[in-house]
Amino acid sequence: MFDTLIIMLDATLRVSTPLILAALAGLYAERSGIVDIGLEGKILGSAFAAAAGAAVFGSAWIGLACGVLASIVLALIHGFACITHRGDHIVSGVAINTIVAGLTVTLGLDWFGMGGQTPTLSGDQRFTEITLPFADALRDVPVIGQIYSNLLSGHNIIVYLAFLMVPATYWIIYKTRFGLRLRAVGENPHAVDTAGISVAWIRYRALIVCGILCGIAGAYLSTAHNAGFLKDMSAGKGYMALAALIFGKWRPVPVLFACLLFGFLDAVAVRLQGVVIPGMGEVPVQLIEVLPYVLTVLLLAGFIGKAVAPKAVGRPYVKERA
Amino acid sequence: MKGIFLATVTALAVSVSVAHAADKPAVVYDQAGKFDKSFNEGVYDGIMKYTKESGVKVREFEPKNEAQVEQGLRRLAKRGYSPIVAVGFTMTSSVQKVAKDFPNIHFTLIDSVVDLPNVESIVFKEHEGSFLVGALAAMKSKTGTVGFIGGMDIPLVRKFGCGFEQGVKYVAPNDTVIQNMTGSTGAAFNDPTKGSELAKSQFSQGADVVFAAAGGTGIGVYQAAADAGHYAIGVDSNQNHLHPGVMLSSMVKRVDQAAYNTFKEAAAGEWKPGLQVLGLAEDGVDWALDDNNKSLVSADMEAKLADIKAKIISGDIKVHDYMSDSTCNY
Repeated sequence: MFDTLIIMLDATLRVSTPLILAALAGLYAERSGIVDIGLEGKILGSAFAAAAGAAVFGSAWIGLACGVLASIVLALIHGFACITHRGDHIVSGVAINTIVAGLTVTLGLDWFGMGGQTPTLSGDQRFTEITLPFADALRDVPVIGQIYSNLLSGHNIIVYLAFLMVPATYWIIYKTRFGLRLRAVGENPHAVDTAGISVAWIRYRALIVCGILCGIAGAYLSTAHNAGFLKDMSAGKGYMALAALIFGKWRPVPVLFACLLFGFLDAVAVRLQGVVIPGMGEVPVQLIEVLPYVLTVLLLAGFIGKAVAPKAVGRPYVKERA
Repeated sequence: MKGIFLATVTALAVSVSVAHAADKPAVVYDQAGKFDKSFNEGVYDGIMKYTKESGVKVREFEPKNEAQVEQGLRRLAKRGYSPIVAVGFTMTSSVQKVAKDFPNIHFTLIDSVVDLPNVESIVFKEHEGSFLVGALAAMKSKTGTVGFIGGMDIPLVRKFGCGFEQGVKYVAPNDTVIQNMTGSTGAAFNDPTKGSELAKSQFSQGADVVFAAAGGTGIGVYQAAADAGHYAIGVDSNQNHLHPGVMLSSMVKRVDQAAYNTFKEAAAGEWKPGLQVLGLAEDGVDWALDDNNKSLVSADMEAKLADIKAKIISGDIKVHDYMSDSTCNY
C-alpha cells in the first residue's frame, strides 16, 4: 500500500512538472494584465524547437536553449499584438496556438522528413534522471528512506527546477520592486503610468519571463519526459495549466497545489485502470478519465470560493490624452 | 459492321476508363497520421512499394479531424480517384455514405466492414497474431506478470488484448496480465506521454514485458521500456528497429501487403468487392523476427512459437475473437 502510494506520488511529480512551469508562466502574464491562452502553443513550439535543437546539436542543454528562445519569440509576438497594437488577447493567443500546431509539423517534415516527428533522442540529447546523494545508501531505511530514494531522488533536473521556481516566483512577485510593479500593472495600470513607469515595458518583461517558463515546460516534454517531438504532444497541458492558475487564484503556492492535484488525479487514473472495486466490478476507463474534471468542477464550485482575476487583465492600456 | 465498330469503340472507351481509374489510386489515412510508425505507416510502406514498382503516384489525404474524413473521401471520389483506400475503423460510416453516392468508384476499407457492391473490406484476425506474441511474452517474462496497453477503448483494440491474454495463459496459466487502455477518444492513439506513464505504472506492478496496441502512443511505451530495461512488443508494422534489444517482437499486421495488393489488383482490373479476412493462414498477421530481436528470442522459443502457429492454422488451438461476442471468456 505504502509502496503504491510512493509510486503514485512519484508519477505525480513527473506529470505535474510541465503544468507547474506553464501555470507559473501564465501567472506572470496574467498578473501583468495579459491573458495568455497561448500557453499551449508556446509549450508545443518549444517542445519542437528543443527536440530539434537537441537532435541537431546533440545536447539537451542546447535543445533547452532553442526551446526557450522559440517560446520567447512566440510570447513577444503575443505582446506585439496585445500590448503595442492593443489587440484582443484571446484572439492573439488562439492564433498562436493554431499557427504552432501546423508550423511544428510542417517544419519537422521539411527538416527531418519523418512525418513531422523529430528523430528519437538518446544519451546526451536528453535530460536524464539524477540520483540525489546518499539515495542508494538510504534505500532500505523504512519510510524516510523510501520517500527520499524513490520519491525525491531519480528525477531529471527540470523537475527540481520547476519546484524551485515556486518559491522563486513567490519572492519575485511579492518581495521585489519588479513584482510590485507587475502586480500594479495588472490591477491599475493608470496608477503605474502616473508614477512614471512604462506599462508596456513591464508587460513585455512579464511576457518574456512567461516565454522562458513555457520554454522550459516544452523542453521537458520532448527532451526529458519523452524522447522526441510528436505532433500535438502538448495534449492540452497549456489549458490545464490555465485552469490550475484560476484554481490557485493567481497565487504561486496555491497554483502549485492545484497543479499537483491535477497531476495526482492523472496518476490515480493511470493506476486505477482495470482494478476491480468490490460491488462495482472493473472500473470502466471512461469513468476514470472523467474523474479529474468532475473533481475540478466540484472543488471549484464548493470549496475554493470566488476566484478574482487581476482587475485590468485582458484590457489593453490606453494612455488618456487630453 | 457498324455494330462491331460501336462495340469496339465502347470496349475501347471502357478499357480506357478502367485504365484511367487504375492510374488514379488514392488513400485516406486516419487521424494518427501516416507516420505513426505503426498502422498508418504500414499502409504508407505498401504504397511506396507500389509507387516504386509501377511509377504511379498515389494521392494521399491526412484528415486533421473527424469531420474532414467524409469531406476528403467525397472530394477524391468526385475527382475520379479509384480505388480509394480508407485506413482504419473510424472511416466506416463515412465510407458507407460516400460509397453509396459514388457507385462507380471503388473503395477499399481496411480494418472494418461495409457491405456495398463497390466496397472491399479487409479485416485481420488480430487475435491470432496477438496470441503468438502473448505466448512469446509469457516465455520471456521472469516475473510472471506481463502488460497490455491499448489505445482507444473499442472492441477492435480489446480484441488484441484478449488474444494476447489467451496466448500468455496458454504458455503459463498462472501468469498475470495487466490490461490498460489509454483513453476513449481517437487521441488515445497519439498520446506517448500517457503511454509512457501507463507503462511505468505496469512496470511498478511487476510487469517485465508489455505489448502496446496503441498506434503512436506505443512510442512512449517502448521508450519507457527502454529506460526501465524491460521488454516491449510492437504492433501493426514491424517496430523491432525502434529499440533493438528492447523490442522483443512485433505483432505484424500486413496492412502494407493489403494496400499494395489493392492497388495492384485495381491496376490489373482484378479488383473485387466483398470481405477479406486475413489471419495467420493467409499471412495477414504474424510475429516479427529479424536482426534487431534475434538475440532476444532463443531457438527453443522460436520452435515453440512455430508449433503454436501451426496449431492455430490447423485449428487445434481455437483463439477466441473478442468481437464475436464482446467478452473475453475462452
